[in-house]
Amino acid sequence: MMKMNKRTKLILTIALAVAVMLLLAYLDANRAQYSYGIAILQRSAIYAIVAVAMNMLTGFTGLFSLGQAGFMAIGAYTVAILTIPVEDRPSVYYINGIADALANASLPLWAALILGGLLAAFVGGLIGIPVLRLKSDYLAIATLGFSEIIRAVIAAPQLDRITNGSYGLKSIPNFGSIYDVFIIAFLCILVMILIINSSYGRAFKAIREDEVAAEAMGINLFKHKGMVFIISCFFTGVSGGLLAVFMRSIDSKTFQVMLTYDILLIVVLGGLGSITGSIIGSFLITAAREWLRFFDNPLIIAGFQIPLFRSGFRMVIFSLVLMAIVLYYRKGIMGSKEFSWDGLYRFIHRLLSRVRRKTPGKEANHHE
Amino acid sequence: MSDKRSVLRLDDITMQFGGVVAVNNLSLEVNENEIVSLIGPNGAGKTTAFNVITGVYAPTNGAVTYYGETLVSNFPQSKMKKMYAGENLGKYTEAIRRTPDKITKMGIARTFQNIRLFKELTVFENVLIAKHMNTRAGILSAACRLNYKEEKSMREESMELLDIFGLSGFKDEIASSLPYGQQRRLEIARALATQPKLLLLDEPAAGMNPQETNELTEFICQIKDDYNLTVFMIEHHMNLVMEISDRIYVLDFGKLIATGTPSEVQSNQRVIDAYLGVTEDGE
Ligand SMILES: Nc1ncnc2c1ncn2[C@@H]1O[C@H](COP(=O)(O)OP(=O)(O)O)[C@@H](O)[C@H]1O
Ligand SMILES: [Mg+2]
Repeated sequence: MMKMNKRTKLILTIALAVAVMLLLAYLDANRAQYSYGIAILQRSAIYAIVAVAMNMLTGFTGLFSLGQAGFMAIGAYTVAILTIPVEDRPSVYYINGIADALANASLPLWAALILGGLLAAFVGGLIGIPVLRLKSDYLAIATLGFSEIIRAVIAAPQLDRITNGSYGLKSIPNFGSIYDVFIIAFLCILVMILIINSSYGRAFKAIREDEVAAEAMGINLFKHKGMVFIISCFFTGVSGGLLAVFMRSIDSKTFQVMLTYDILLIVVLGGLGSITGSIIGSFLITAAREWLRFFDNPLIIAGFQIPLFRSGFRMVIFSLVLMAIVLYYRKGIMGSKEFSWDGLYRFIHRLLSRVRRKTPGKEANHHE
Repeated sequence: MSDKRSVLRLDDITMQFGGVVAVNNLSLEVNENEIVSLIGPNGAGKTTAFNVITGVYAPTNGAVTYYGETLVSNFPQSKMKKMYAGENLGKYTEAIRRTPDKITKMGIARTFQNIRLFKELTVFENVLIAKHMNTRAGILSAACRLNYKEEKSMREESMELLDIFGLSGFKDEIASSLPYGQQRRLEIARALATQPKLLLLDEPAAGMNPQETNELTEFICQIKDDYNLTVFMIEHHMNLVMEISDRIYVLDFGKLIATGTPSEVQSNQRVIDAYLGVTEDGE
């Protein structure tokens, strides 16, 4: 009933794209003034990649992995090790030195990102192959365990000359321009959308809906679960690589389980099975995290220090929000629907008609 | 019977869950272009027999043959060696397993007793998914739409099936929103989309009223001829079974108690005792 014609939609889409580009150009031109805002947008874009990758797995295929932080760590360390300028390495590894093989190994950022993704995918395959033959629930447990193990491995003294152990890696060169993150995020998400809308994507959804029926339709469960898991790990690795560049310095604590929970919250809030939901969720949650920071600082009202407000309290609030969503708002912002102009139009229409209905009601009250 | 090619043969199939023998030493044969029915009271082991044929369960003992090729074969192993309560121990020494998707690719499609559609997906997608197993494109070329020709023919074939099944009007509806009878139809359409030679129907008329059942009876005969199918069917509606079956197997407590043409089975005293009398009261 309420449908726009194709031309209107195309014009709206182009207008939106132009608006986004103009905004970025404006922010770029006034970098110094808006550095904080730019940083939030960049982090949001990075989280959007891993959130969509997680959604592809959980929302579209019905597989549950909690290893995001671990796979991001693999991507992040790969990118960090290979992009820190060779001349800076002695100062980064000044305590233990750097392994001879890595001393001069260096790659441009794009190649390091792909390699980081591939390594994450490879490790994902090693975990997935034995686990994906079992019941789906085991994947969550195995990946969660892996995620903690990889942190221990990174910080292990035996790997000091590769990962710089508990000292972490610094001096990771920044992006060439502020556009880089957004372009890479756009490309990654585009590829995942194309996969989800292909015949394979339909097979993933079939597995989510009913494994027994999917198998009876000739879908090889193990093969398809393996594929989607490995692809998801790849993009998770890429986003980890971007995070390393964004943060400029990383250590094993960067990739604690908390990071996975942040992504989980984004995916659930945005809506399981909705890519646009995950993207919107990334921007909302990342911005909200910044606003919520004041919960982590001591709060003193009239001379009293409110006892709850200290480091970590933000996370308590986060967990409560997650629980509230799961209990009362299970569908998230988008449910399993995608953003569409028609949807937005209907939403605004509903909103307006609700406002209109209320207004005459008020007038009636005035007459009395 | 011997002049027809054998499509499906079960030899001494026993399926034991823990201590429960759900199917006990079942042997049967389905020949090309026949409609064969498997009947028996609830809990007799009929669905379990289908699950063995389609690879959902590996049988405890026995073999399934499909067009002369061993599809599945097994014998009691490890823990089951001691627990085994069936017959023909030692007759089978080969363990051959195939996953359900492989068996579907070999040309056996099925429907489920408790409808298992992809509930949140559209009617069209439900059928289209069954076409996925034939894609030759890899995931990346499919993502880049290099397989657009293949995709187009998948869509056309699915649309054709929906037309034939009178479901094209519901194309974009969510599968679970269809009326019950249409859901059953869609499940058959989806099974046919895999281009089977042998179609297994698990209680296709369950929950249908007499008129719907009559329509279904005709419909099964029609698709059997149009698609040159062999049909193996579990069903409780005796009118339907007696009308279209070439032969009937009767199962009770996992064991075969009778077999023959509809009229032979109808007059078999054991069948009347075990089943026919009971369901007529029950339904
Ligand atoms: N996976 C299973 N585990 C244990 N028992 C089962 C399983 N599947 C079926 N059974 C048992 O096998 C018997 C036969 O069930 P079923 O094949 O569904 O009967 P029917 O289809 O003839 O009504 C029942 O007693 C049922 O409880
Ligand atoms: Mg049954």
